[in-house]
Amino acid sequence: MKMLTINVAPHVFTPVDTRYMVRGVIKALIPATCASLYFFRWQAFLVIIASIAGCVLTEYAIQKFRKKQITLGDSSAVLTGLLLALVLPPVLPLWMAFLGGVFAIAFGKEIFGGIGCNIFNPALLARAFLMATFPVALTTWSQPITLDAVTTATPLGLIKFGGAATPYMSLFLGNVGGCIGETSAIALLLGMGYLLYTKIIDYRVPLAYIATVAVFAFITHAINPKLFPGTPLFHILAGGLLIGAIFMATDPVTSPVTAKGRWIFGIGCGLITMIIRIWGGLPEGVMYSILCMNALAPLINRVTKPKRYGETREK
Amino acid sequence: MIKDLIRGLWRENPIFVQVLGMCPTLAVTTKALFGFSMGIATLFVVVSSSVVISIIRKLVPEQVRIPMFTVIIATFVTAADYFLKANFFSISKALGPYVPLIVVNCIILGRAEAFASKNSVGRSFLDALGMGLGFTCALIVLGSIRELFGFGTIFGFQILGDGFEKWIIMILPAGAFITLGILVGVFNIIDKKMRARERVQG
Repeated sequence: MKMLTINVAPHVFTPVDTRYMVRGVIKALIPATCASLYFFRWQAFLVIIASIAGCVLTEYAIQKFRKKQITLGDSSAVLTGLLLALVLPPVLPLWMAFLGGVFAIAFGKEIFGGIGCNIFNPALLARAFLMATFPVALTTWSQPITLDAVTTATPLGLIKFGGAATPYMSLFLGNVGGCIGETSAIALLLGMGYLLYTKIIDYRVPLAYIATVAVFAFITHAINPKLFPGTPLFHILAGGLLIGAIFMATDPVTSPVTAKGRWIFGIGCGLITMIIRIWGGLPEGVMYSILCMNALAPLINRVTKPKRYGETREK
Repeated sequence: MIKDLIRGLWRENPIFVQVLGMCPTLAVTTKALFGFSMGIATLFVVVSSSVVISIIRKLVPEQVRIPMFTVIIATFVTAADYFLKANFFSISKALGPYVPLIVVNCIILGRAEAFASKNSVGRSFLDALGMGLGFTCALIVLGSIRELFGFGTIFGFQILGDGFEKWIIMILPAGAFITLGILVGVFNIIDKKMRARERVQG
C-alpha cells in the first residue's frame, strides 16, 4: 500500500534539460544549414552527412566499448557533427570530414568523460586537428553555387593577401567563398534570434565578442585605412565570426558560467580574433581565439566567483 | 635477479609508468629510426653509468654524490655523442641537441640515485639494462606510429600506398602528445587486466 510519496526537493521541474538545449541549438542552425545547402549544394550535404556519421558512430562505439549508458538520445553528437561540418570547407574529401567527427567525439568529448566534462569545444578542436593534419585540404575553397573547383580565397584571405574588398551584400547573404555554414550572415543572425528568444544562450558572450571586434576594427581602420582596410562591418560579416560568436563561444560546457566571466570571455575572444586577423599569419582567428579562451574558462570562473551575501574578506 | 631486468620493461617502464625523460620522448620520435637511435644511446649511457656508479658506491661521500653521478653520466654521454657524430652523422644531425641532453635525462640520474648507488654491480647492470630496453621499446613504438601516419613508412619502408594523405599533425609536437596519451591509456588497460588475472591466480 502506497498512499504518500515522500521525496526530496526540488519539487518543481522545468522541461529545460540537455536534450531541450541541444535540440534548440540544432533548430537554430536550420537557417544556416539551408543556406549552406543552397550555396554549396551536394558538396555541403555530403560533408554534413559524413561529419555527423563520424560523430554518432564514434559516440556509440566508445560508450558501447566502455559499457556506459548510450547517450545518443540527447542528440549532442549530432549537434557536434553538424557544427563541425558547418566550419569545414565544402570541397573537403569526405573521409576527412568523417575523421574530424571521430576526433571531435573521441578526443574532444569522450576522453574527458563524456558530455559536460570537456575542456574544449569538440567541433572546434576537431577543426584545429584537421587544420594541423591536412592544411592544404582545409584551405581549399570553392565558388558558391557554380561550385567551381578553382580555388577562391575567402573574403578575409582576399583582403589580407590580395587587397580586394568583397561587397557587403554578398557577405550578408552568403554568396562568398568560405566554410560551409559561415558565409551567410543573415541565416546565422536568424538562428541567434531564436536562441536569444528561447533563452538557450546568454546575450553577453556574443555581444561582448562582436562588439570587441567592431571596436578594434573601427580604431585600426580610423588610424590607417590603407594599412587596415577592414571596416567594422566587414570584420563582423566576414569569416567565421558570427558562427563562432553565436554557436561556438556560447557552448555552456566550455564557457564561463558567471555574468562577469562571460563578458571577459567574449572580450578575450574578440581581442585574440582581431590580433590574429590583423597581425597573424592566418587570415582567420576565430577558431584559435575560442579554443584559447576555452582553456581559460575555468580560471575566469574562479576569478569572477560572485561574493555571497554577508561574506567578508578572509583575514 | 631476473626481476630487476623485467621491472624496467613493463611494470616500471620509464615512459609509460614513470613518465620520465619526456623531452627526448616527445622531440625525437618523428621517425622510428630516430626513436631507436635515441633509445640505444640512452641504453648505453644508463648501463655504463649504472655499473660504474655501483662499483664506486662505497667510496662516494654522501654530500657530493649528485655531482659525481652527473660527471660520470656526462662522460658516457660525450662518448655516445662523439660515436654518433663519427659513424652516423645524419642521425646525429637529426637528433640535434637531444644527444648531449641525455646528461639531464632523469631516467639515468634516477636509476643512479634510486638503484645503482645502493645495490650490487650485477643487479645494477640488469636494472639499467631493463630500464634502457624499456625506454628503447617505448621510443620505437611511439616513433613507428608517428612515422606510419606522418610519412606512411616504418623504418623507412613504405607501408601505406601512394594514395595515402600524410597526417602532418603526427610529426608535429601535438601528434607526439596525442600518441603518447593513447599509448599510456592502452598500457594501463592491458596492465589492469594483467593485474586482475594475477590476483585471481594468486
